[in-house]
Order: sequence, then C-alpha cells, then structure tokens
Amino acid sequence: MFDAIVWLVSWALILIGCVFVVSGAVGVIRMPDLYTRLHAASLTDTGGALFISAGLIIQSIFVFGSAMAAIKVVLILFFTLFTAPTASHALAKTALLSGLVPTDASGKPLLESSEEATQLARSRPADYRSGQDSETFAKESQFFNGELGAGRRNSGRLS
Amino acid sequence: MFIAATIAVLITMALTLTRALMGPTLFDRLLAVNSFGTKTVMLIAVYGFMTGRPDFLDIALVYALINFLGTVAVLKFFEYDDPAAATYQEDDY
Repeated sequence: MFDAIVWLVSWALILIGCVFVVSGAVGVIRMPDLYTRLHAASLTDTGGALFISAGLIIQSIFVFGSAMAAIKVVLILFFTLFTAPTASHALAKTALLSGLVPTDASGKPLLESSEEATQLARSRPADYRSGQDSETFAKESQFFNGELGAGRRNSGRLS
Repeated sequence: MFIAATIAVLITMALTLTRALMGPTLFDRLLAVNSFGTKTVMLIAVYGFMTGRPDFLDIALVYALINFLGTVAVLKFFEYDDPAAATYQEDDY
C-alpha cells in the first residue's frame, strides 16, 4: 500500500515535470521572437526541474533508500533554481543592450529603433535619481510598469 | 517511468537543439544552448536513477554549475566586448 502511494506520487511528479519540459521546448520552437521564447524556456526550465527533482527525491528516499542521493538532488534543484532565472535575466538584458527590439503579438516593434533598446537597457535607477535621464525613465516606466509602477519605484528612492 | 522521463527530456533536447541550429539571432542560439544544458542535467539525473546508479548525480551537479558559468561568461563577453577589462559601475545595481 505504502509502496503504491510512493510510486504513484513520484510517477505523477515526474510526468508533470515532463509535460512542463516538453511544452517549454515546443514554446521555444514556436514562439515568434526572442523575448517570448525566453519566457517559454525559462519558466518551464525551473518548473520542470522542480517537479522532476521532487519525483527523484521521493524515489531516492523510499525506493533506493539513499539519503545521500536525495541530498544531491536537492543540491541540483537548489542550483538550478538560482542559476536558470539569473541566466535568463542576463540573456534578456544583453539582448536588449545589443539592440534587439521587442515586438508585440502582431509583430509590430514596441520601440522605434535598436538604439532606443540599448538606451533602455543602459538606463539605471542611479540615472533617475540624479535626474539626468528622466526622458528614458518615463519611457521605461511606461514600457514596463505603467504609471503606478513608476510612482512606486520613485518613492522608494529618496536620496 | 524513468524511461518515459528520459524520452521526454531527449525530445526536449532535440527541439531546443533545432532552435539552436535555426535561431535567427545569436541570443536565440544562446537561449537554446542554456536550456539544452539544463535539460542535460535533468537527463543525467533521470538516467542515473533509470540504471539504478544514483552516483551519476555528482556529474549532474557539476554540469549544472558549468552550464551556468558558461552562459554568463558568453553573455558578459557580448555585453562588454572584453570580459577581462569589464568592471561594473558602483551604482549599476
């Protein structure tokens, strides 16, 4: 009875993880531009790793009886959960910095030129605070947050 | 069960490899390679359990770290042209 439950739960977790992973790959193939592909890939990466690792942890504890294997799987999961979002963030930032313009669903560019994308990626909170770059700030907040988000970010930086 | 998971991960790797080969921009290729690396870690882990040898997890652990370092190193190269000379500004983040 207990064995059956263990098998069922780990089966279910690993299969859910597989669904995540395969759907992520389909998204990477079918999505229209880099930023949407990045979205598909990064979310399913962490989700799939999470579920598959959970299934493997249950297997290693109850079927293989090895706590060491379980600890190693936890470590792999830990590193994946830290590194995959970091790599995705760096990739998106570098793509924007190199002037890759994001598009909307119909393929219309959301920025006017690749120089504008570079400027958007270069703009930092430090520039907003000293007021050197308020135009870029307005543009970026409109692009990412809407006015509410801009207000919130501004009020957090009082110096 | 592990065979099904291995096959699913292998299919995923094939699809991401397709994107890496046909990706229009360089960043598509990098995204695919990074995703491929994560899937490799999963594949090694699942394969180790499939063959009844969880010792393979050590290799998966090392591969997870190398994959991250590789991606960040390549990205840093593209961002600053010269990764050795690049330093972050004090107020960058």
